[in-house]
Amino acid sequence: MSKTDFGPSIKSRPVYGVLSPRPGSSHLIVADGEGGAAVEALFAQAPEMKAKAHLIYIPGANGTDMSTAMAALGAGQYNRAPTYASVRSRIVKVLGDGHMGLQVYATGTESLMGQVQRDAMEAGLPHDAVQTEHRGSLARRVQCVHCKGITENVTTDPFVCSHCGLNLFVRDHYSRRLAAFQGVNIDAEDPGEVPPAEERFK
Amino acid sequence: MSLDDFFHDETFFGDYTFKNSPRAIKRFPFPFPEDDYMYSVNMEPHVPGRPGSVFEHTFDVDEHYVAEMRDRARVLRDDPLRCQSLPHMTLAGWDLLELIMESFARDYPQWFSLTKSGNQWHWINRPLNIDQKFTFLDESTLPCGPMEYITRQAQGDFTLQDQRNDNLWIEAGMVTTQADWSLDFDIGMSFHEWHAPVPKAHEMGVFDRALKFLLQLQHGAPVRRFNWTMTVDPLLDTSPENYPKWGPGKTTLTKENIGQRQHLRVELQTLFRLPRSNAIAFPIRCYLCSFEDLVTQPKWARRLHRVVRDLPDELATYKGFIRNRPLMVDYLSQFDDGAPTSPGWWPDE
Repeated sequence: MSKTDFGPSIKSRPVYGVLSPRPGSSHLIVADGEGGAAVEALFAQAPEMKAKAHLIYIPGANGTDMSTAMAALGAGQYNRAPTYASVRSRIVKVLGDGHMGLQVYATGTESLMGQVQRDAMEAGLPHDAVQTEHRGSLARRVQCVHCKGITENVTTDPFVCSHCGLNLFVRDHYSRRLAAFQGVNIDAEDPGEVPPAEERFK
Repeated sequence: MSLDDFFHDETFFGDYTFKNSPRAIKRFPFPFPEDDYMYSVNMEPHVPGRPGSVFEHTFDVDEHYVAEMRDRARVLRDDPLRCQSLPHMTLAGWDLLELIMESFARDYPQWFSLTKSGNQWHWINRPLNIDQKFTFLDESTLPCGPMEYITRQAQGDFTLQDQRNDNLWIEAGMVTTQADWSLDFDIGMSFHEWHAPVPKAHEMGVFDRALKFLLQLQHGAPVRRFNWTMTVDPLLDTSPENYPKWGPGKTTLTKENIGQRQHLRVELQTLFRLPRSNAIAFPIRCYLCSFEDLVTQPKWARRLHRVVRDLPDELATYKGFIRNRPLMVDYLSQFDDGAPTSPGWWPDE
């Protein structure tokens, strides 16, 4: 499973790196889908961090489920969650309880990494305190600029807002605070004239 | 002249009764000093300009003041997220309140007055019928936060930028007269992040130079620049939030109505370093003028035709008028005899 090579980045899009072990009193690791492979690589570099690691794994919306392998890695605490929304309160508590020396790692989809960064910032950590590594799907989390609802796992452009039903195109504009790209109505000027959806964010 | 004679009773929505007087047309800040247009940092000191011009005072209060403030209140009733301030920006809000109140009271004593006894301030705004006593720097003595309070009484949008880590962060704003950008989405972003959707300019280095310049901005030495776009009907609130409501209007322009309905939208952008917070205040003042009013100035008619005709497609698309450009060029060409235009943007006398 290879790392993703993004094209030239838009200016508001975060830049992702490669997870590397940092010395710390504890490690919060959040992964989804193919991000499990980055966790395996991280632990292979520094097996001693496992005992102090709290690993949260969410199977990918694209069907990738590495939870059997994740459970077997030997993390001090392991939790498998169905969605980020379901596990968010747990992550917020761990971030809030974290002592100096807590290291945070997020890997998998942009949506997952963006939400971990957002919650870490809200907990008072600087946004670059979270190490990130992109793996797997390019699916985007997109906020409808009209109704403000967020649609998860957007793979096509345009797409239909899961809240208000408008046809949206994905503007190359990303908010770290919302951990989302911006979706804008594509047929406002010509209602019903919607170009065919293309799979842009597989 | 009584207040009612100077300030128009007009709307920027629905029946669109907005209209520029002959005086307002003459002083319209036409943004093109030359016959073509490309991005540039184009900043100059914001110093008092010609008497009667929009540069005469620090803030221009014009015949549309009362109606624009009513329109702002309407937009905020519909969508309170247009005014937001992150918690650490309150001091910058007080800085802005002070800047606006002092400027208004100094430049328009017939309409505004500010008297101070220590931190006990007394503000009178006659056009809007406001008489407010409050304690400067004490939020509990105003009906809302200081930025919201004063920007409900000042034309134009306002954003406040915090400065840290050699960057500017847009962390408060009152945004109801915007050219298609969302404060709610952009709040919290760095300078390059909130400008991300602008085509070409990043590659040209415009934002790197502008940021470098602004980080050095000094208190007492404000600067200004123009920006511009096109708007069908005199609608101040061209927000992305409401785009499904106003977008369809663009499809109803015709040869017959374009003169009245197509407006050149000019932003006079000024930047002020604030004294206590070290934040930067960014007022974005919007002026609208219909094509039929603009072409009453022969120099502007010629030049606007040339600028609109020759603008790169990418910019016409970004500015949202690519679909109507042929109609616009067709209309404006009637007023362009090919004669040379004089330098600068002032109308010929």
